[in-house]
Amino acid sequence: MSSMPRRTPLFDAHTRAGARLVDFAGFELPIQYESPIAEHMAVRTNAGLFDVSHMGQCLISGPAALACAQHLLSNDLSRIADGQAAYSGLLNEQGGFVDDVVVYRFSAEKFLLVLNAANVAKDLAWIRDHAQGAQIDDLSDDFAQLAIQGPASRRILARLTEANLDALAYYHFTEGEVASAPCLIARTGYTGELGYELYCRPELANRLWDELISAGNGELIPCGLGARDSLRLEKRFALYGQDIDETHTPLEAGLGWIVKLDKGDFIGRDALIAQKARGLDRKLVGFEVTGRGIARPGQEVALDSATIGHVTSGAYSPCRKQSIGLAYVPPAHAALGATFDLIIRGQPVAARVVKTPFVDSAAATS
Amino acid sequence: MSVPSDRKYSKDHEWLMLDGDTATVGITEFAAAQLGDIVFVELPEVGATFPAGQSFGVVESTKTASDVFYPVSGKVLAVNDALVDAPELVNQDPYGKGWFIKIQCANNAELDALLDANAYASLI
Repeated sequence: MSSMPRRTPLFDAHTRAGARLVDFAGFELPIQYESPIAEHMAVRTNAGLFDVSHMGQCLISGPAALACAQHLLSNDLSRIADGQAAYSGLLNEQGGFVDDVVVYRFSAEKFLLVLNAANVAKDLAWIRDHAQGAQIDDLSDDFAQLAIQGPASRRILARLTEANLDALAYYHFTEGEVASAPCLIARTGYTGELGYELYCRPELANRLWDELISAGNGELIPCGLGARDSLRLEKRFALYGQDIDETHTPLEAGLGWIVKLDKGDFIGRDALIAQKARGLDRKLVGFEVTGRGIARPGQEVALDSATIGHVTSGAYSPCRKQSIGLAYVPPAHAALGATFDLIIRGQPVAARVVKTPFVDSAAATS
Repeated sequence: MSVPSDRKYSKDHEWLMLDGDTATVGITEFAAAQLGDIVFVELPEVGATFPAGQSFGVVESTKTASDVFYPVSGKVLAVNDALVDAPELVNQDPYGKGWFIKIQCANNAELDALLDANAYASLI
């Protein structure tokens, strides 16, 4: 990977808006504009706009596309309709995550996979090695990706498109123009709120961004990676590289629902069947910090001075006004209400396992 | 970025305002803005004594944790308990309600080593 960070097509829009930029997965991206907490709360109460153009896209197409997708992915792509999307594991033979992906099904002969930016090269090599005769194309440079998220997102987006947003159900997508830009309009996102992801040609991204902000009429603000991280954590959405990776399986991560063992063979299936039969050695749990401190990735989880796990994600939750996090612990310590300590700067700080998602918003998926 | 001229500054972005031999200490508006939204502050025990330059606490924003340092030697007389429940005061009013600690200076000569507002302003 080159040491010079890449820029998304929206780089100029971010600098104009006064964003603070950081290197993320090889891209120079906004971590915040004004305030990560204000951006977070805007998405929970009104709407926020994110540049997620760093995400990669891989097209699987041709007569063998469905067979390829079924072989590579843990979820069952035969059970979703054309125009529907699914969250899935892209697993290795050990059942660990090569990546976690959103798959858009156009037809049995066309699937678009959205990949984590840091994994694009690795994923493409893996997918090409297991293509099953399907056509594999890297479309990462062909798309800009904008996410408009929050309860006001539908109302704002409706001002710019003829597409029937009221008929677009959660995890479904359609093709249509937004502010005259041809887009894939998907009811997906990483915030747990009502929201949409728009995929368009990179050269159309800046105008689309400006049109959306302007149509937002003060209800839509640009949001950075900081808010994106705290929003996804409150909903317990896994972050690749922290909560899941090649050594952790969907069963350990509490993502059993994306594993369809009854769909036929797929990469990782045998390992997961064996793991299920054997029982889990560790489980990803959500916890709240009840002592004084902020959970951060990498902190040790301890019980009576013995290390029982590590924090994979930890942050301040703006909605709960306390620190929350995720950690892998042995199943014996994973029950709701179980308590343990986080070791923060050498000192034990009390934490308690709580139900997840940490924050509810039922309207998001209805 | 505001740098009031009624106090002194350290290169670590603390401010110190002297009233007799009691000094109030906080972090500058520049430091608070660099940290971003502050969500947690850890302060020392009242009565603690310390050398200049030692860490006296921690300030955490949404994205990072940073140490804060005693600008001069002395003894902790008071801590701002309001920051426990409202750490955002550091962002909202860094030179007023967002103060961290009050200290009794052990050696007034150390104050001369601190920066005045102009010198600090040129640093940031």
